[in-house]
Amino acid sequence: MDIVLTINGRPHHLSVEPRVVLLDALRDRIGLTGTKKGCDQGQCGACTVLIDGQRVLSCFVLAATVTGEITTIEGLAPEGGPLHPMQQAFIEQDALQCGYCTPGQILSAIACVHEGHAGSAEEVREYMSGNLCRCAAYPNIVQAVLQAAPQMDATAGPTSAETV
Amino acid sequence: MRPFALEMADTPAAATNYATQSAGTYLAGGTVLLDLMKLDVIEPQTLVDINALADTYGAIEADDDGITLGALVRMAEAERHPAIRRDYPVIRDALWQAASPQLRNMASLGGNVLQRTRCSYFRDVSWPECNKRAPGSGCAAIGGNNRRLAVLGVSDHCIASYPGDFANALVALGAEVGLRSADGSERRVPFEDLHRLPGDTPEMETNLVPGELITAFHVPAGPWTRRSLYRKVRDRTSYDFALASAVVALHLEDGVVAAARIGLGGVAATPWRAHEAEAALTGRPLDEAAAEHAAEAAFAGAVTHGGNDFKPELGRRTLVRALLEAAAMEVLP
Ligand SMILES: Cc1cc2nc3c(=O)[nH]c(=O)nc-3n(C[C@H](O)[C@H](O)[C@H](O)COP(=O)(O)OP(=O)(O)OC[C@H]3O[C@@H](n4cnc5c(N)ncnc54)[C@H](O)[C@@H]3O)c2cc1C
Ligand code: FES
Ligand code: FES
Repeated sequence: MDIVLTINGRPHHLSVEPRVVLLDALRDRIGLTGTKKGCDQGQCGACTVLIDGQRVLSCFVLAATVTGEITTIEGLAPEGGPLHPMQQAFIEQDALQCGYCTPGQILSAIACVHEGHAGSAEEVREYMSGNLCRCAAYPNIVQAVLQAAPQMDATAGPTSAETV
Repeated sequence: MRPFALEMADTPAAATNYATQSAGTYLAGGTVLLDLMKLDVIEPQTLVDINALADTYGAIEADDDGITLGALVRMAEAERHPAIRRDYPVIRDALWQAASPQLRNMASLGGNVLQRTRCSYFRDVSWPECNKRAPGSGCAAIGGNNRRLAVLGVSDHCIASYPGDFANALVALGAEVGLRSADGSERRVPFEDLHRLPGDTPEMETNLVPGELITAFHVPAGPWTRRSLYRKVRDRTSYDFALASAVVALHLEDGVVAAARIGLGGVAATPWRAHEAEAALTGRPLDEAAAEHAAEAAFAGAVTHGGNDFKPELGRRTLVRALLEAAAMEVLP
């Protein structure tokens, strides 16, 4: 099937079999390897990307069914420009060890803030529970999300900023 | 994943046509289907993408008679809906405590109720024995690792547990499910009749006719819906399937139970309504003794297999706690 994926604002034309998932299209076909494959089974969150601002698991999305705009970790900061506040917070809070889960954590965290679910450490833990970290950097990840949240404009989010 | 054909349905009629003429399998959020296809547990030849039908089946509508949830509403949308939060808190509880935020953005309510068991012998095709996956092959879970599996509604052929949360709220609240068949006719059936007990045909999980499309869930209003909650007990604090869970919705009059709606999750072969527990409570003041009596009734028929011997006790305690917490809820008139 001939498809067009809009990724980080740029169209990409490619021809895929129906069984190709977005994760593999990004990594193997387009060369955007920032998005990671952990379990390939919907359990770890390493493959999290945003589609029209909503966080989803790219290992469970057929590339040929995507119509919305995809944001990956490569699209968060302009080349040579300042990092996204969430990226900066992950660095400042030392919210990673090996870094494998980090792209998924950061995209999930951005959506978590936009959804209005970053009001407290407890809430962040619950709403970041879909992103596992094998190095168990969890306390620092929670701190990073709490640090970045007020720096992001919560009203610019894709989903209504209702809290629990 | 094995190769398959992909059809995009833009009308309900196109969807049911693909499903019947090309023996297609509906694709909504894909979080069950792609999971099991990657594991080679299922190998559909054709997937029919029904996500474009959200225009028709993607709304939530509430009125005095109840609330209707379209089959293509996403879990996350329903979880946020003001009428659900106010009038049906148990539905919201059952949704936000399920899966992860990413999965809830993707998963549709129709696909949710049709999720398949998480029994490892079903999911791992290297086990030859699984009556659900390979009818007649036996059940490796009986005598195997069955810690997470069911104790209610099981048979000698299958002890797989129904893993979902939301469906236990639907069954307890007496919901109906709207269906559209291939000839375009529509019917509504009690949600309680959607799933089948395993019996000696555990491979047949629902009473859906081939090609039938779930269109919506209709939850009736009742004086019990505001005093309702879902308690879920799991190995991890979050992002895990229930070991045991309880749906409770109560109509209390001066502390006496005028009506109770009770569902159980994580412990049964299908979404489970505990009619015996409801009957045991009705007309009694809701105190700890009454809650324990109801919980005994709910698990009177439990059958265990070693690894899951702990489940009736865990299930009873979960239900007792849910009943007492529901009784103590502050509820708007
Ligand atoms: C890691 C993980 C953790 C999870 N944890 C939980 C949990 O804690 N609690 C919980 O309740 N669930 C949990 N789930 C299950 C999750 O809720 C389901 O995967 C999801 O709800 C399925 O919805 P879907 O739209 O993605 O289904 P799909 O995969 O699209 O479809 C599922 C099935 O339903 C059929 N179908 C879909 N829509 C219709 C329709 N309208 N009419 C007829 N047939 C239809 C499909 O053909 C398919 O057979 C978890 C899943 C994963 C992967
Ligand atoms: S790779 Fe997608 S959730 Fe693990
Ligand atoms: S930093 Fe290693 S997995 Fe999270």
